[in-house]
Order: sequence, then structure tokens, then C-alpha cells
Amino acid sequence: MNWLADFFGDSAHWSGPDGIPVRLLEHLGYSAAAFLVAALIAVPLGMLIGHTGRGALLVVVAANAARALPTLGLLVLVVLLAGVGTVLPVLVPLIVLAVPPILVNTYEGLRGVDADLRDAAYGMGLRGPQVLFRTLTPVALPLILLGLRLSAIQVVSTATVAAFVGLGGLGRFIIDGLATKAYSSVIGGAVLVAALALAVQFGFLLLDRVVVSPGVRQTR
Amino acid sequence: MITFEGVTKRYRDGTVAVDDLSLEVPTGAITVFVGPSGCGKTTSLRMINRMIDATSGRIALDGQDVREIDPPTLRRGIGYVIQQAGLFPHRRIVDNVATVPYLLGWNKKKARARAMELLELVGLDAGLANRYPFQLSGGQQQRVGVARALAADPPVLLMDEPFSAVDPVVRASLQDELLRLQSELRKTIVFVTHDIDEAVKLGDTVAVLRVGGRLAQMAGPATLLTEPADDFVRGFLGRDRGIRRLSFISAKEVRLGPAPPDLVTGEDGRPLGWRTGDGLAAYGTFDPETDSLRAALDAALLSPNGVAVAVDEEGRVRGVAGRDAIDELLAEYAPPVRGAGSAEEAPA
Ligand SMILES: Nc1ncnc2c1ncn2[C@@H]1O[C@H](COP(=O)(O)OP(=O)(O)O)[C@@H](O)[C@H]1O
Ligand SMILES: [Mg+2]
Repeated sequence: MNWLADFFGDSAHWSGPDGIPVRLLEHLGYSAAAFLVAALIAVPLGMLIGHTGRGALLVVVAANAARALPTLGLLVLVVLLAGVGTVLPVLVPLIVLAVPPILVNTYEGLRGVDADLRDAAYGMGLRGPQVLFRTLTPVALPLILLGLRLSAIQVVSTATVAAFVGLGGLGRFIIDGLATKAYSSVIGGAVLVAALALAVQFGFLLLDRVVVSPGVRQTR
Repeated sequence: MITFEGVTKRYRDGTVAVDDLSLEVPTGAITVFVGPSGCGKTTSLRMINRMIDATSGRIALDGQDVREIDPPTLRRGIGYVIQQAGLFPHRRIVDNVATVPYLLGWNKKKARARAMELLELVGLDAGLANRYPFQLSGGQQQRVGVARALAADPPVLLMDEPFSAVDPVVRASLQDELLRLQSELRKTIVFVTHDIDEAVKLGDTVAVLRVGGRLAQMAGPATLLTEPADDFVRGFLGRDRGIRRLSFISAKEVRLGPAPPDLVTGEDGRPLGWRTGDGLAAYGTFDPETDSLRAALDAALLSPNGVAVAVDEEGRVRGVAGRDAIDELLAEYAPPVRGAGSAEEAPA
């Protein structure tokens, strides 16, 4: 508790380029950028594969690769390839990390829609894209949102790696704290990351309330 | 009219689901496709709205080959009802019903007004309109399914085992409702079922299919019962064909006699029972206006003296019919002599 008071009570931690607000914004910036790019890739791809049934292998490969891939290793690799000084070393690993949960859940969500329902949609005279957007997607939405949420939380937690390549973010508090044995800083940084992850979780639950039809919401 | 001309469906794995099927589905009547599971009923039905395309042969709607019509356009003009209703879970009931009107570009207000009309038509409370499908019972969902199929007033309705997932009591009421609707709407309905009793109850014409997708017999239900074409049809029809056939003869023509003094009636004119030495005995009633000869015979069998009590719609006694009166009508409607199979027993 003392450590927390030391960290959050110190007014020096609340201003300047090293302060909590700046670090938080940096952290959010990397996370949001990586998450958005990943969502823009994975949601449409997952929908397309789920709807057509073609390319399912890609989903399986992505799901397994995600488990095997070391984020830090990828970070180092991108630094070696692209050099320090750009945001690429942090964005690329985060995007790679963020894609699989979205892709897999979007795909599974669409595949999981009752065959009778799909059939009824075509039988009423909906065309392929209408079936996808008006029937399959709204019904699969809880799972699609779950994928987005898992991905966002992972990105927010993992964006701490940005500090390894001198790119700021909340990871700075942790890494610098470890280096200087300033444990209050380590713990303060970790608490901030955890709080951010919780906020993301909460945000998605709210989104769920707003965009998912009560007819398909999982908790009725 | 829907015409099948030598229609065959061979699936990619080689299964021949429908084999050289030729038949005509008359306009404005209910035609039932019935047969054991896997005999190609669903396949036959779905070739009409092109959910499945025939391998060879031709299906025509009022003369036009369905393959000349773009499938979504074709389907918007044909009502389609499936077993599990297939309602869109994310849409309110009213919007489910308005699906096809929306697709046809009606404005929201008009489409919803039409949907409300249909909910009433299928006997659903307007209060259900804003619910979601999961908030409805299975029977109510099926009614919504029927309303949705009728929304754009298509001349043709395809129904694939629409009532087989609900319990028998609800099923019977849905069947009655369909018959009532049909007497108003006069749609061309193709109804698929594996239940021969349902087929016989609903069909103006019944097409019996055998496994391998071949037509075994197509006839009116009464004819089917008295003159099954072969052992397969006879076996499929099951027991009591003679009795069941009486369901298609109206009890209107039963000669009624005056109620005898030993029939005790209450103040309201309703029967109380037959007077016997030590009290009242059981009785059976039928309404000649709405019931069949089967109901009249049943009523006679329920009375100890073999006399059926005829009542009006209020249940008041109109007269009685003895077994002799019923027998006269039975004789009049005896199966035609040419029906070679009519008197034979079903093979065990
Ligand atoms: N998509 C399919 N691929 C291969 N065989 C099928 C397919 N759909 C149905 N069948 C087969 O075709 C036959 C007829 O099926 P179906 O029309 O569904 O029968 P029914 O509705 O009378 O039960 C069955 O033997 C079934 O296994
Ligand atoms: Mg079937």
C-alpha cells in the first residue's frame, strides 16, 4: 500500500513527458492504433470466411500461430528489420497478437449460426450479402464482440513492450522501475495497466448493451 | 399450377433423392407430399423455390420454368415455412413478419401495418408484435412463421413439416387454423409431412412418395384410403382405413328422427343422458352441420342403445340417429366396386 501511495501521491508523477497522463496517452495511442488495424483486417476476413466457408484453414493456422508466437521475439525482429525510431516495432507485434482472437471468434460466430436460420433467410429471398449483413452478423454479434474484447485487453496489457524499444507507454514505469529498483514505480505501472484493461472490459460490456439485439444477447 | 415434368435430383455423392417425378400441383388447393423419412419430400419441395436445383427435368410455375427466374426474386414470390420456424432471433416479431415486404421495398409503416394484419390473421395477439422470438412458445413461433410466409401475399406457399416439432394438441390446432386460413385465402399450398394422418387431414390431394424419390400414388385422401395403389401405400396408410375414410363424408345427410322420451334433456335443451332403470346412461353427440359420418358413428357407439344424439352448435338436441340411419349412409358411400384393393386387409 505504501508503494502505491509513493507512486500515485508523488506530484512529479503527474506532469511532464514522464508523467502518468503522457504515458497513459502514449499507451492508449499504440493500443488503439494496433487494435483498429487488427479489427479492420480480422472482422471482414472472419465474416467472409465464415459466410463462404472458404479459407477456414487460415483461421485454424492463425489460431495456432497466435499461441506459438513470442511477442517479444517479434518485437526484436521488427527492430532489427525496421530499426529503432519508428512505431513499427511496437505496432507490428501488437497487430499480430490482436488479429487471431477477432478472426477466430468472428468466424466461429458466423459458422455457429443455426443452419435453419440461414436456410430461412435464403428461403425468404435474401441475397448472399443480405444474408451476411442482415442475418448472420447480427446473430453472431455477441461472439464478434467477445473476440474484439479479448483482443483489446490483450493489446492493452501487452503494449507495455513498447518501453523495451524506447517508445514510452505505461511500460516505462515498469521497466525503468525494475532498472532502478524503484518498486513503487513498477507496481504503479502494473496497476495502471490493469486498470486500463478493466476499463476496456467495461467499455465492451457497455457496447454489448447498445449494439446487440436483446433477442440474441447471451445474458437474458 | 406447379408442374413437375420428369424431375430428377441426384446429389453430388450420388444419392438419387428424387427420381423422374412428374405431377401437377393444382392452383388454390393443398397438395401434400407424404412418405417415410428420406424419400425425397424436402428435396422435391425445395426444388420449387430453387433452394435446390434439379439435376434434370423441369419445374414450371404457371407454365414458366423456375430456372428462368433469378432465385431471390422467385423466392420473394413464394411463401416458405420450415419446421423450426427459422425466425430471425435478433428481430422483433413484427419485423420478422415484415421481412419480405421490406425486401420488396415497402416503406416501414406500410410493411408493419401489413405485419400486424397478418398476426391477427394467424390468431396471434397484437401484444406479441414487439417481442423477440425466444419469448414465444413453439406453437406461437410456428404461427409467426406462417404469417411471415404470407406477408407479401404470395400465391404459392411451401410448407416443410411446419407442425412436426410441436406437441399433438398444439399441432391439431395449427392444422385446423391452416384449414380455416386456406378456406379464406385459397393459396396454392405444397405441404410436406411424414405423418399420414396429417396428410389425410390437410390434403385436397395427397402424393405418396416412396424411398428413392418415386411417386407411389397421387389421389384425394378418401380415394387413397379406399383404393391404395399397392402394398407400400396400403402399409403406409396403416390400420382402420375404412373407419378413417368416414371422416370425409359429411354427417349432414344422416336421417334424423325425433328425440325419444327416454332421452333426458336439461332446461337449456342439452342432453343429460338416457333414462335407464336406475339412473342416466352415457350418450354420444354429433353436430350434423360440422361433423363427419365418423363422428356420427362414434356417437352411436357411445350410447348403450346405439342411438347417436344430434345437437346444434349450442349443444341443444336436434334429434337422434339410430344405427339404421347411419347404416343407410354407410351403404350409400360404400367404396366403388372397381377398387380391387379396397376390401383387403392390410398386410401385417
Ligand atoms: N445435401 C445432400 N447431399 C446428399 N444427400 C442428400 C442431401 N440432402 C438430402 N440427401 C439425401 O436425399 C434423400 C432425400 O432427402 P430428403 O429430401 O431430405 O428426404 P425427406 O424430406 O423425405 O426426409 C435422403 O436419402 C437424404 O439422405
Ligand atoms: Mg424432410
